[in-house]
Order: sequence, then structure tokens, then C-alpha cells
Amino acid sequence: MRFVDEFRDPDVINKTADEIRRLADPGRHYRLMEVCGGHTHAIYRFGLKDILPDNIELIHGPGCPVCVLPMGRIDDGLALAEDPNVIFAAFGDMMRVPGVHGSPLERKARGMDVRIVYSPSDALKLAKTNPDKHVMFFAIGFETTAPSSALTILRAKAEGIHNFSLFCNHVTIIPAIRAILDSPDMRLDAFIGPGHVSTVIGCRPYEWIAANERKPIVVSGFEPLDMLQSIVMLLRQLKAGEARVENQYKRVVPWEGNRAALKAMAEVFELRPYFEWRGLGFISQSALRIRNNYAEWDSEQRFTVPGVRVTDPKAAQCGEVLKGVLKPAQCKLFGKECTPEHPVGALMVSSEGSCAAYFNYEHRKAMATTLARPA
Amino acid sequence: MAHGAGGIASRRLVEGLFAPLLFRSARPELNDAASLNIGGVRLAMTTDSFVVKPLKFPGGSIGELAINGTVNDLAVSGARPEAIVVSFVLEAGLPTEVLEAEVRAMAQAAERAGVAVVGGDTKVVEHGKADGMYIATTGVGSYLPGARLDARSVQPGDKVLLSGPIGDHGITILLARGELDFEAELQSDTRSVFPLVQAMLAEAGPGVRWMRDPTRGGVATSLNELARDCGLGIHLFEEEIPVRDTVRGACELLGLDPLHIANEGQFLAVVAPEYADAALNALNLTVGGECANILGEVQEQPAGSVLVKTLYGGSRIVDMLVGDPLPRIC
Repeated sequence: MRFVDEFRDPDVINKTADEIRRLADPGRHYRLMEVCGGHTHAIYRFGLKDILPDNIELIHGPGCPVCVLPMGRIDDGLALAEDPNVIFAAFGDMMRVPGVHGSPLERKARGMDVRIVYSPSDALKLAKTNPDKHVMFFAIGFETTAPSSALTILRAKAEGIHNFSLFCNHVTIIPAIRAILDSPDMRLDAFIGPGHVSTVIGCRPYEWIAANERKPIVVSGFEPLDMLQSIVMLLRQLKAGEARVENQYKRVVPWEGNRAALKAMAEVFELRPYFEWRGLGFISQSALRIRNNYAEWDSEQRFTVPGVRVTDPKAAQCGEVLKGVLKPAQCKLFGKECTPEHPVGALMVSSEGSCAAYFNYEHRKAMATTLARPA
Repeated sequence: MAHGAGGIASRRLVEGLFAPLLFRSARPELNDAASLNIGGVRLAMTTDSFVVKPLKFPGGSIGELAINGTVNDLAVSGARPEAIVVSFVLEAGLPTEVLEAEVRAMAQAAERAGVAVVGGDTKVVEHGKADGMYIATTGVGSYLPGARLDARSVQPGDKVLLSGPIGDHGITILLARGELDFEAELQSDTRSVFPLVQAMLAEAGPGVRWMRDPTRGGVATSLNELARDCGLGIHLFEEEIPVRDTVRGACELLGLDPLHIANEGQFLAVVAPEYADAALNALNLTVGGECANILGEVQEQPAGSVLVKTLYGGSRIVDMLVGDPLPRIC
């Protein structure tokens, strides 16, 4: 398969892994954070930890939109969809995320009209084919998915479609990275920068990380070779005592980002003064809301939202895991009360969540050796 | 809903509720077919129900699926499918031509599979229920000579064989629902696997220890069940897993793992190492078995789990599916 197999070629990958071993100083411990949940998933899926030297530790970052969404937002969205005239549309990623009264999938099994869509424009299409219903698209994601939400609202306005609204949970990546760096118990050497987000925002917004925080950051693709090359680039910078923003994912990410996408976002969205992040708490100017000009397509402005606030179970240590302070298995609930089948924290829900990824691909590898063969 | 998706929840339902209350043994062997001994004659008996949306899809339809699914459950139990009885649950208002088309499809599938449909029943439910139609089947088969299948006979060193490319059916259905805005040239793999099973048992019968058709929950779920039943580790070599490019591409786009996608015309077998080449050869020489492959082997560790060795020496655990596979976007 073109554009995939080239980046999974075992020979090239092994050579790159050799280069990593050559560059890594055996007397030093490296803590690299992969910001994006897609990277977390790829690390486990391709077994990359097995081919990295032990002194390179990968810390999972906050870039999983499902994981950082507070439970109350899901309940707010589902509360609006209790009206039998409302169709609740969302990405597959959202479907198993638990609210207080169940996940969208569980609500669907109990009769709620819940649809999985592949893009917000599919939700708009649903509105056109169901003119007697109101379609609410529950939008999640960083700058990766926000432009398609913006374009969908622009199209709804242009086409005069009024039975469609968007429940906006879009967040922005930079404040999350800043919150991680401000966390006092955080010691990081460098960042593997998010690839898909950067296709939209470009590389410039990361320059302060290099300039002010003196941490190297390499924007990376998602194939095994991409990630290993990015680690090589980070190790070279660390070895030379440099801190720069580099772009490994040039085939997709332009340095200046995607101006058309940014323009659409700026037209439709504005920054919220503050927004709650699961595990990280309230972060100022870290999320997007729909401007008044487009209030008609904003679920929150058009309907009365209950504004549910749900505190996470005290024992769950999602915040510490999300900030990279704890490893998933160090949380008290991990693998006991909290499993992918019955997630307590959102990090266990999404396959990009570090707990679910760790549980699926690593935890059982460790646990399995302790199981005895039955008689 | 997850209880019907073939993964962990399905298994828990069977082991936690059905087995203790309904079955004679509290911990029965959970195979594709039950083994009966009636007056000294051993028979295999299986039952299945079919709930598919849409009823027709590229490469097949619910009627064809009902026959082939039942035939395959018997085949992977080492039995020749002999007879099937069928029950229809029909939604009031279902067009007669739709029903007729499905009955014709069943007749053709039964003829191709060499199995007799010997009886049936029909119920009609209110409009708005039953998604058009549900079909339930029960099948009986006679054991082929030499077939002694038992997960507990699986040994370290045994080889894991697969009859052909995986994921065709599940991805076809996902696309046929029309909810995702892309198309692919892909067909369900629904077919009887009996000719392949028969050919393999004829050449390697004494070495075949276990078989399963990886339907809902895919290869990953079937092999996890095996791993738990035999208490050993199943190692798969990523590069040996046959997957069509179309299925791989769709899975890459949707964030799915082909190992979790349903199949309706494939089977897995565990074969003693000294019989593995003969078994593979028999499959490769049978029509429809050209892509069969040895995709892994049994080892002591990690006990009770399935481990995939990636192309570059890494590895990952592949678990059973929790619920249905859902596309992943962000």
C-alpha cells in the first residue's frame, strides 16, 4: 500500500533504531513526551517501545480529545438528545465514552437516536435527509478537526439548513502543552510534536517551547519510521545542546500551516475565556466556542444546556497520568475498577488514551506471564 | 448490545448465565457445535441466529449467510454438514419478493454446500421490529473420521493456519450500511469452508488439534478464546497475516484492526508442527484456499494471550474485541 508501506519498511526501521542506539548516551535518561494521542496509539500498535533503548522513556501527553473532555460535557450533549426529535451525531471515538447515565452507545441501545458519522459534513447531510428532526453534531478534537466543523457551519448557513447545530467541544493544543510545562512535578527533555494538529496550525506556534523553555520539539508523522526519525532528530538536538522546532512530517505539514483552514476557524470560532479539561482542570483561553454571528448553529446558544459538572472519582488519577507524572499502571484503579470494558476515567476509553493503549498492548503482556496453565 | 458482538461480553454472558442455568456442565467446552452421542452414533449439532443490516450486501445476503454460517460451525467442529432446519422471524410488511430472494439464496447456498434443509418455522412480528427479517438455524453433522479436536490438546510448537484473507465480510457490511462516505471494491467472503476442512483433514487429520471460524470479533477474538482455553500463548507474525489491500486501506482510514473484523468464509486451525506443511499444502491446492497461510505458532508464554510480532521485532498484545469495532477519527 503506497504512502504506508514505505514508512514501515523493516530494513529502514532497523537502521533508524541503530542510529537511535548510537546517539543515546547510556549514562543519561531521556524523557520524551509525545503530545498526540495518535502517537501513543502508534507506539503501542507497532511495538516501538520494544525497539527503543531502555533509557528512552516515552511519556504520553494530553493530545487525546476524548480523554480531556470532562464527563459533564457528554451529559450536557446527551441531555439535549433526550428530545425524540433530536439526532445525536458524533465520531466513533465518542461512542463508548461514559456519561453519568451511560455512554452514547448505551443510550442508543436504550432508544436514543445516536449516529456515528465520519465527518461533520455527514451530520449536515443527515439534517438534509431528516428535515423533520434536529441533528446535533457533538464536535470534539483539537485544531485537527475544528476546521471541518467550521466549514460545516459555514455551509449550513450558505445552504440555509436550520435543523442542524454543533455542540462545540473543540480545544487548542498550545495551552495544554503550556499547562504541562507549568506543572511543577514535570521533568521533560523534549517533545514529539503533534502531526495532524500541525497540518492546520503549522510549526510556528511551538517556537516559544524551544526559545523560552529550551526544549527541542519535532513535529512528527504517525508511521513507525516517522516516529523513530523524530526521536533521532530530538536526540541530535539534545546531544548538540540545541533547542529548535523541527518538522519531520514535511510531506504533510507546511511550516506556516493551512491558511484556508485557519481562516474558516477564525470566522466561525472565538476563544472561550476558560474551559475545563479533564485531569488538568480549568485552563484559560484553551477552547473554542461559536461566534454570535453563527448562534443559530450553536447547540449551546440555541438550546438550554444543563451545565452538568461531574467530578471524577477521587481514586482515579487521570490527571497525573495525563500530565505524565504517573504511568497508567501506577493509578490505583488501573486494571481493577477501570478497564476498557468498564472505563472509569476517559484515558481508558479511547484507544488513543494512554491507559487503554497501555492496557491493551502492554499490561496483558506483563500479566500473562503470571498466569499458570490450567490442569 | 456488546453481549452480541462476539467479544468479552458475549463470553461472559454464556459462562455466567447460560452455562450454569441451562447446560448440564457448569463449565462446558464452548465450541462451535455440541457433540451428541445418540444410540452410539456421534453427531455434531449447532445453532445460530442471523441479524444483519442491510439484508443484502456485496457478495451475499442474510439467507446465504444463514446457511454458510451454520455449515461452517459444523465444518470447524470436524463434521460434514448433513441437515439444517430454519426459523424465520419476519417483519410485517416485508415485501414478498425480498423474502423469496432470500429463500432462493438459501436454497442455492445449501445446494452448493451439499446440505439438506429439512424443516422450518415462520413467525411474523409487528412492523418496525426485526429489521425486515431475522433467521435462526439449527444444523446437524456427522463427524469425519479422524477428527479429534480439543483446545486442551494444543501444544507449544503447534502451528496456526488461516484459510485466506481476513476482514472482507466485516468491512463490506460496514461500507454497505452507507453511513461512511466511501466505497471500495470489496465483497463479503461468505462461503462454505467444508471443502477446505475436508481436504485438510484428509491430508493432516491426526495433526489437527483445533479449528474455529473467526466470525464476530474476528481472528483476534477466536485466538484469545483458544489461548484462554489451552492456557498457552499464541504468537502471530504480522507479515504472514493475509489481508487484502482494500481491507487494509479501509482499516487504516477507520482506525480499525483487521484482526478484529468479522469473517464469514474463513477458518483457523492449529496443527501439530509435523503436519503443518501437509495441512497448508492441502489448503493451497483446494479451490478457495490459495491464500491460506501459516500465520503463527503456539508458545508457552504469554499464557492465555495473543501476541503479534511486528515487522521490526516489536510486539503487541491483541485482546478480544470489546463491543463492535467503531471507526476512530481524531
